[in-house]
Amino acid sequence: MKLFLLAFRSLIRNRRRTLSTIFAISIGLTTVLLFGGYRSNIIYSLETGLVQAEGHLQIQERNYFFSGQDNPIEYGISDYQQIMELIKNDPVLSPMLVVMTPTLHLGGLIGNFSSGVSRSVLARGLVASDVNKMLDWNDYQMHSYATALPLKDENLDDVIVGEGVGRKLNLCEKFKLSNCVTVVKPAAKLGAAMPDDLSKLVDLGVQDASAGASSAGDETKIEMLAATSGGAPNVVGLQIVATRNMGMKALDDNYLLMNLNKAQKLTYGSSQPKVTSINLQLKQSSQIPAATERLQNLLSTQFPEKNLAVLNFQELNPAYGQTVQFMNSIFGFISILISTIVLFTITSTMSNSIIERTVEIGTLRAIGLKRSELRTLFVFEGLQLGILGALFGLILTSATAYLVNHSGFTWIGPGYSYAYLILLRIWQDPVLLYGSVVGLVALTTLSALWPANRASRMLIVDALRHV
Amino acid sequence: MNTVVFKNVSKSYQLGTITTSVLRDISFEIEPNLFTVISGPSGSGKTTILNLIGCLDKQSSGEIMVAGKSTTNMSDDEMSQFRLQNLGFIFQNFNLFPMLSAYENVEYPLILINMPAAQRKKRVMELLDAVGLSSKANNFPNQLSGGQRQRVAIARALSKNPSLVLADEPTANLDSHTGTEIIQLMRSMQKLLKITFIFSSHDPHIQAAADNTIVVNDGVIKNLVAA
Repeated sequence: MKLFLLAFRSLIRNRRRTLSTIFAISIGLTTVLLFGGYRSNIIYSLETGLVQAEGHLQIQERNYFFSGQDNPIEYGISDYQQIMELIKNDPVLSPMLVVMTPTLHLGGLIGNFSSGVSRSVLARGLVASDVNKMLDWNDYQMHSYATALPLKDENLDDVIVGEGVGRKLNLCEKFKLSNCVTVVKPAAKLGAAMPDDLSKLVDLGVQDASAGASSAGDETKIEMLAATSGGAPNVVGLQIVATRNMGMKALDDNYLLMNLNKAQKLTYGSSQPKVTSINLQLKQSSQIPAATERLQNLLSTQFPEKNLAVLNFQELNPAYGQTVQFMNSIFGFISILISTIVLFTITSTMSNSIIERTVEIGTLRAIGLKRSELRTLFVFEGLQLGILGALFGLILTSATAYLVNHSGFTWIGPGYSYAYLILLRIWQDPVLLYGSVVGLVALTTLSALWPANRASRMLIVDALRHV
Repeated sequence: MNTVVFKNVSKSYQLGTITTSVLRDISFEIEPNLFTVISGPSGSGKTTILNLIGCLDKQSSGEIMVAGKSTTNMSDDEMSQFRLQNLGFIFQNFNLFPMLSAYENVEYPLILINMPAAQRKKRVMELLDAVGLSSKANNFPNQLSGGQRQRVAIARALSKNPSLVLADEPTANLDSHTGTEIIQLMRSMQKLLKITFIFSSHDPHIQAAADNTIVVNDGVIKNLVAA
């Protein structure tokens, strides 16, 4: 305690040197925390977006993810309601669950034949009320870009398409889409209505009188063509109720969200309906390992014949892991760089201080300070510099983060189709915050160790003779 | 028992391949509670003798006893502890801690011996009063004259109530008038506190005030003069 007090006195008395060192440490900590906060915001935003869209876990047919995405019919899960019922009533899983919802992914071709346009899409058949509930998940209190889907479970024909799809279907005016190119419609060449054979398919396959074929003059009414489980083509009539910026351009140009029942009718007709996944959203991401283990046990014991797998959102989205790795590697590089600068700054400052204070060191030893106590004294100075530097760094970081977070600065990430707010997530990330502060204080203490050792090894008579 | 006993003490330094002999087989004893001066020309070995008495350095051979204890085989930590408990130092350049006030300079050794705060404060003020600087307690060394700094240094050396005070040419950086005042102050303190003072000096005023004088030249004792 006495040495800690004496070290503090020394720092107070050497104000100029102390302040310049604290300033260097503060800048170092601020740099690390600001970039760390930016990294955290990106990573947690990504996680939040993925969990809101598709949940934490998905139960799929074992080979669907790697081999079956272009053939959802082959890898569909039958009797999925029984599986959901089992999970819902499981005493371990039930308390963890926020939403459990079935999903059917399929590919198809949509077109507004009256307008003479069509394009291929990746469609997701969903239960809109479940998906809208999933959008409320925000465990990290992130700035959420999600808005509820304007779909209702009872309106079977309603669909939402990506803005890119909307542009291709010449829906720019209807849905007030930007970046549109005026296209001369080739309708006159192709004919005013859809071909007779497809028109019959609509009537036969869907048994949905309200949908029918697209009528001339209403470009929001479309038809969707897909292959049934039997391999035959099937067509349904749909109504685009909204376009949505899907975030990523590649998705935006291909995506379609539709009612699960409608998607099942299109794919399976009157056969037993299946889904390609059962999506589970948990209360917290930290529950993933426990929930996965429980699910695997349940599925292997209760449905051994189904060959089901449980995949988490990280496994399903390799880009997430790659982004995390990328951000972490940059953060690591910056941290090492800053740490090295701080290390050399403190070592240099302490070394100069020791040279300047050689006579003082000799006097301290003459008075009776042991080598180890002298070493401790200088290490305490380093420790206190670290603590004070960290405190000032936190103040500086908070002020800078506040300014950035309220500046409204935005950026468009690679592959994304709209701008995201630049936000720094520092106080909400305790690992980053405490890790950086403790790391920096440890580093400054470590930096002082070498000069402190040198000071403690000085011969008293030489130190007292120093001019 | 004498405060200091040197028996056949030699000290040499190795400078590269050259060995320089500073003290050569010297023996002497200093009685307690006396004012003793070690005198001699520059380079004669005065400071080396003081350093050896003060456990700041180790002899190359021979035996040294200080305050009844042999320092010959003491470890570095034991020597530090010995200095802390038994010795006070006064330096030619005062060696006050520039970042501490006069009060804090005197207080510093007391913190090291874990003296309670209230007792510490009383002791520091008594000593500053004794050296005539109670009004300058909050002044920093650069706000004090040379004589005042040396008074603070004396107060600091006496703060732990040591049995032996060592002073290396304490008046060398002072004018003759101030030097005389400092000698008188040390003499009065030595008598008042009944402690042993050992100086290195070639100042005739100090030699005149001393109880004993040890004259050293070229690393050997030339003369021992008792008052």
